[in-house]
Amino acid sequence: MTQTTADPEVSPVDYAKAEINASLTKEDKIRFLRQICAIRNFERIALKYYNEGKMGGFLHLYIGQEAVAVGTCSLMGEDDHVITAYRDHGHALAVGMSMKECMAELFGKATGCSKGKGGSMHFFAPDKNYWGGHGIVAGQTPLGLGIAFALKYKGLKGCCMTFLGDGAVNQGVFHESLNLAALWDLPVIYIIENNRYSMGTSIERSSAYKDCLAQRADAYGIVWDVANGEDLYEVRAKTAVAIDRAHRESRPTVLEVDTYRHYGHSVADAKHKGGYRSAEEIEKYKQSHDPLVIWRRRLIEEGILTEEEADEIDKETRKEAMEAVKFADESPAPSMDSIQEDVYYEVDRQTEAGRTGRHFFND
Amino acid sequence: MPLIEYRDALNQAFAEEIENDPNVFLIGEEVAEYDGAYKVTRGLWKKYGDKRLIDAPISEAGFIGLAVGASMLGLRPVVELMFWSFCTVAYDQIINNAGCIRYMSGGLINCPIVIRGPANGGTNVGATHSHTPENWLANIPGLKVVSAATGYDAKGLMKTAIRDNDPVMFMENTLLYGEKSEVPEEEYFIPLGKADIKREGSDITFIAHGRAALTALEAAERLDEDHGIQAEVVDLRSIRPLDEEAIYRSVSKTHRVVLVDENKPFCGVSAQIATMIQENIFDELDAPIRRVCTIDAPAIYSPSIEKNQLPTAERIIEKALGIL
Repeated sequence: MTQTTADPEVSPVDYAKAEINASLTKEDKIRFLRQICAIRNFERIALKYYNEGKMGGFLHLYIGQEAVAVGTCSLMGEDDHVITAYRDHGHALAVGMSMKECMAELFGKATGCSKGKGGSMHFFAPDKNYWGGHGIVAGQTPLGLGIAFALKYKGLKGCCMTFLGDGAVNQGVFHESLNLAALWDLPVIYIIENNRYSMGTSIERSSAYKDCLAQRADAYGIVWDVANGEDLYEVRAKTAVAIDRAHRESRPTVLEVDTYRHYGHSVADAKHKGGYRSAEEIEKYKQSHDPLVIWRRRLIEEGILTEEEADEIDKETRKEAMEAVKFADESPAPSMDSIQEDVYYEVDRQTEAGRTGRHFFND
Repeated sequence: MPLIEYRDALNQAFAEEIENDPNVFLIGEEVAEYDGAYKVTRGLWKKYGDKRLIDAPISEAGFIGLAVGASMLGLRPVVELMFWSFCTVAYDQIINNAGCIRYMSGGLINCPIVIRGPANGGTNVGATHSHTPENWLANIPGLKVVSAATGYDAKGLMKTAIRDNDPVMFMENTLLYGEKSEVPEEEYFIPLGKADIKREGSDITFIAHGRAALTALEAAERLDEDHGIQAEVVDLRSIRPLDEEAIYRSVSKTHRVVLVDENKPFCGVSAQIATMIQENIFDELDAPIRRVCTIDAPAIYSPSIEKNQLPTAERIIEKALGIL
C-alpha cells in the first residue's frame, strides 16, 4: 500500500516536477487559476444573493477546497467521469458547466441546469461526464462504482472519480462499494475530500482511525494515498497515479485529500465559527492554506503572470458571476405544468408505453 | 402451447432479452452459479457466462446502487432481490437514486433498470421476509411497479419492463414460481398499464393484483357454484402505471366492487383504487366499496395461521355477499 502523510506545514516533495505537471503549459496553469477564481467568485456572489433571499434550501459552499475539484477534473479524458455529493458547485464548474446554468439552478429557474428541479445539491451535466450532485451522504458512492462498472462492461478505458466527504466514510454503502470495487476490479477512484468536519462533528469525534481515513482501504486490499489539497500540483500528481491505475489495471484507488472549508457546512451553519471550530483555526487556514492564494502566488513566482494579470482574472470571473446572477434573476420560473415533466422518460416522450395507463394520480 | 412453470416463463424472458440486447445483464445474490435461490435463473449462467450473469455478495445497497449507476451510462441491469423484503437495506438507492435521478437532473439522466424478486407472505418466514412493498414503491413518482399473477403475464411483462426506459419494480411470488401456465413459443410483450380481465362477470367486480388475483378467481368460482353469482376479476398486473379505464369499465358494469390486496390495508394499493373509484365513478356504485387485505399486523410465522392472515377466498366471499 502506498503510504504518505500530508503535513500541511511541510510539503517535502515538489509535485510541480511530477511528469503530469511538468508538461503543463503556461496557458494550462492560468486556466486552473481562472477556474479556482471562478468557483470562488461564483460562490461568493451566490452567498450574497442567498442572503438576499433569492434562493431557497441549502447552500453548501466549496470555498477553500477549490484546488481539489480543479486539480482532479483537469485530468479527465474522454471516458473519465465524475460524481460527487451535495457540495457540488466546484466540481460542476471544474468540468466546464457554465455559471449561468448553475446560478439559474440556485435561483430555481427554468433555465437552470436541472430546470429548477434539483437546486444547489443537484447539478448534473452528463454531456460533460458529470453525474451530480447527490444529497444523501455516501448515496453516490455505489453510483460511481456503477459508472466504473459500465465503462469496464463496455470495454472503455476510463474511470469514475467518485467524491465523498469525511463524514461519508462511516456509511455502510461506502464500505459495500469498496468491497465490490476490489472484488470486481472496477476503475473507480474514491476521493475523500477531508475538510475535517461532517457538519459540526470533527473527524476525531466521528471516525475511528489510526493514521488517516483512506487507510480503511487496506481492509479491502485497495491502494490508497493522501494528498495535500491546498497544492494543486500535488492533487494532480496523486490523482494521475490513480487514473493511470484505473486505466491500465482496472483497479480502484482511495485518495484522501486534506482540505478545509472556509464557510460552514451550509450557510445555515451558525456554529461553525467559535462553536465546533475556533475562529483562530478558520483564520489560520484562510491566511496560510488558501488554495487560491497559494496557486496564484505560485504562478507569479514562476513568472507566468503578474499581480495585475491575476487581479484581472479575479475581476473577470467576478464579472461573469454577476452576469450569471442577472441571467438567473431575469430567467423565468419553471411552469406549474413542468412539475410533472421529467418524472418518466416514456411519458415525456409520449411513447406508446407513456400513453398506456395512468402514471400520475392527482385526482 | 407449452405448459411451463412461472419461474421458467421468467427465465425465457431473461434469455430472450439477454440475446436481444448486449446491455442487458442479470445481477444479484446466487443468480449465476447457484442458478438462483428459487431457480428462476437456472441454466442462464452456464449459457451466457460471467459477463451477463453476475453473482453479487450480500450487499443490496451496493449492487443496486451499482446497477443504477450502470444504467445511467446506458446499461440495462436486471437486479434480483432474493426477497423484495430486502429492499429495506437498499431503500436509499431505490428511492433517491433510481426514483429521483431523472427528475432532479431535469430529465438529463435515465435509469432503465429492473429490480425484481418475490414479494409475498404466506411462506412462514416471519415478518422480515414477508413484505409486499408494491404500495411503498408505487408511492414514488419516477418508479413503475408491476405484479404478475401468472407465468404468461410474468414473461410478457418482464420483457416489456426490461425494454422500458424507466425504473421498473417487478413483484413476483415464491408461492407461484412452480405454478404452470400456457406460454406461447413465439415472442410476445404485455404492456405496463394494461389490466387483464381474468374472469368476466356481471354481478360484482373483484380487483386484485399478483397472487390475490388468483385468490379472487377462486372466490369467483365458488360464488358461481354456490350462489350463481357472476363475479368479474380484474387483474391489474401493473400498479403504476395503472389501467384505471379497466377498473371503471368493470365497476360501471357490475356496480359493486371488492378490492383484494395482499398489502396491509393502510395506504395499500386497494386504498388508492377505492379513492379513485369514489372520486371518478361514485354514481355507478350501488353499494359501498369493500376491501379484503392482509390482516393488519406484521406477518405471523405460525404456519397454520399465516395463510389466513392473507386474503382468502372465504373472506372475499363473505365481503361480496355482504354487498350483494
